Amino acid sequence: MLDLTFTAPQPKVISGAKAEWELVIGLEVHAQVASNAKLFSGASTTFGAEPNANVAFVDAAMPGMLPVVNEFCVAQAVRTGLGLKAQINLRSAFDRKNYFYPDLPQGYQISQLYHPIVGEGEVIVDMGPGPDGKTIARLVRIERIHLEQDAGKSIHDMDPNMSFVDLNRTGVALMEIVSRPDIRGPEEAAAYVAKLRQILRYLGTCDGNMQNGNLRADVNVSVCKPGQYEKYQATQDFSHLGTRCEIKNMNSLRFIQAAIDYEARRQIAILEDGGSIVQETRLYDPDKGETRSMRSKEEAHDYRYFPDPDLLPLEIEQAWVDDIAATMPELPDARKARYMGDFGLTDYDASVLTAEKENAVFFEAVAGGRDGKTAANWVINELFGRLNKESLTIAESPVSAAQLGGVLDLIGSGEISGKMAKDLFEILWTEGGTPAEIAAARGMKQVTDTGAIEAAVDAIIAANPAQVEKARANAKLAGWFTGQVLKATGGKANPAVVNEMVARKLGL
Amino acid sequence: MSIDIDTARRVAHLARIAVKEQDLPALAGELSGILSFMEQLNEVDVTGIEPMTSVTPMRLKRREDVVTDGGQPEKVLSNAPDAREGFFAVPKVME
Repeated sequence: MLDLTFTAPQPKVISGAKAEWELVIGLEVHAQVASNAKLFSGASTTFGAEPNANVAFVDAAMPGMLPVVNEFCVAQAVRTGLGLKAQINLRSAFDRKNYFYPDLPQGYQISQLYHPIVGEGEVIVDMGPGPDGKTIARLVRIERIHLEQDAGKSIHDMDPNMSFVDLNRTGVALMEIVSRPDIRGPEEAAAYVAKLRQILRYLGTCDGNMQNGNLRADVNVSVCKPGQYEKYQATQDFSHLGTRCEIKNMNSLRFIQAAIDYEARRQIAILEDGGSIVQETRLYDPDKGETRSMRSKEEAHDYRYFPDPDLLPLEIEQAWVDDIAATMPELPDARKARYMGDFGLTDYDASVLTAEKENAVFFEAVAGGRDGKTAANWVINELFGRLNKESLTIAESPVSAAQLGGVLDLIGSGEISGKMAKDLFEILWTEGGTPAEIAAARGMKQVTDTGAIEAAVDAIIAANPAQVEKARANAKLAGWFTGQVLKATGGKANPAVVNEMVARKLGL
Repeated sequence: MSIDIDTARRVAHLARIAVKEQDLPALAGELSGILSFMEQLNEVDVTGIEPMTSVTPMRLKRREDVVTDGGQPEKVLSNAPDAREGFFAVPKVME
């Protein structure tokens, strides 16, 4: 059974000039739906196409064109909702959010303000084990997920007087995942986005590529005096909290943390100076490490939402939702708990192995029918270490799960030593091949034939009476004999067998 | 509900429609007239009645997740006042 007991972390406290302050953070994560075609048109979503090549007349908002919803995008939103243990709304509806910008040819974004497709859910944000070994984690409530269209891309640096607009991204489906203000520090905010990204990637509903902007976040930050947040939690009354500012469009976990930290300190300085916070939209400048007001956005905030008359309400059937529920993959929390339970792995190792689904699948292929802990050690230390060093992904690994499993089998049966296994791994990495065949061809076989080892031990003992005296006086020096025997046998003797034999012969 | 001159100016700006200052009073009057005409609908009691979304019982049409469109940048750009190197070119907008 999934063990989800955990301790909530302490909120981040920032000491101002006059008082202590706590942070309250909520996020709106925009996740691009993994689909072939756009939300309301048949144009491709492929990244990196020639400018305006992935544009249907619907996306360009040509007069008379009508949107037709992509059912798979709806299924992806439902799947995401189920993955976040959220309520699925069988009836949702699309609204127009009106604003003017060159990369939004319709003059409005089709979104779901009043009736989103997904309601309340939750995410457990794992912050790692605490000093007592118990997992520290924050339960972040999800308020809603709605489907909406992405806008196009404006390029400002190709001409001194003009902006260039590419509509390839216009109309691509986004899921906006809105959290409650349950996040209490910059690290938690980054961990929340990372966890969400992990879940989305497990579900296959978003590729999570932050660099391409396929996953980005708007961060709402406010500060309050200690004790205020607890009052908010008890009553859900926002008046106990400070006024918030929204930092737009963050696509890096590092920048999210830096921006929150800067923004909190900015607000604290204003409040301690007797001022008040103006609710506004701000932009983070990573070069200067500060946030600044996006004044142009203020007037545009009058979005004049209204139901989109081109689209009927989106009605889905419970049976259809059940079909999607029946094909849900095992999610990260469950997988991690299984690794700790079935393989006896530590919290840390299980987290590393389940961080990416592809890594977990690889690990399970190696661990199947073998010792889980040994498999975890090899996958994490040897394989991941090497992949990291050479900047390769698991999919590009020169050593397959079957090959690594073959190495583990040779270790398990005592045929090769740990040292030989590392050499063998190196050969597999650079040359490839079958572990057992390579071991046989290169004479990698540790000697477990006690007769041969015994002869070597006897010879060394006989040749070094002075060392024998020393070792009898101080048992720690027996290691010298083991080393000599291993050397004499060309490293092929099983060290455990040698150790045992040396100790016995020396009468230790 | 009546629309004053400031509201008319604001709505015109949000819609990016250029309206001369001297034309605003007349525009505000016309908009107010339209709204008060529509306000007659408020006299109907609709408590407990679901908003009607379609006159015939219809289900929202869906499409399959298949790429069936695109690959026509020259057509997409053909009505643009200015287009360069495959992009729409517009007056500089900068945050």
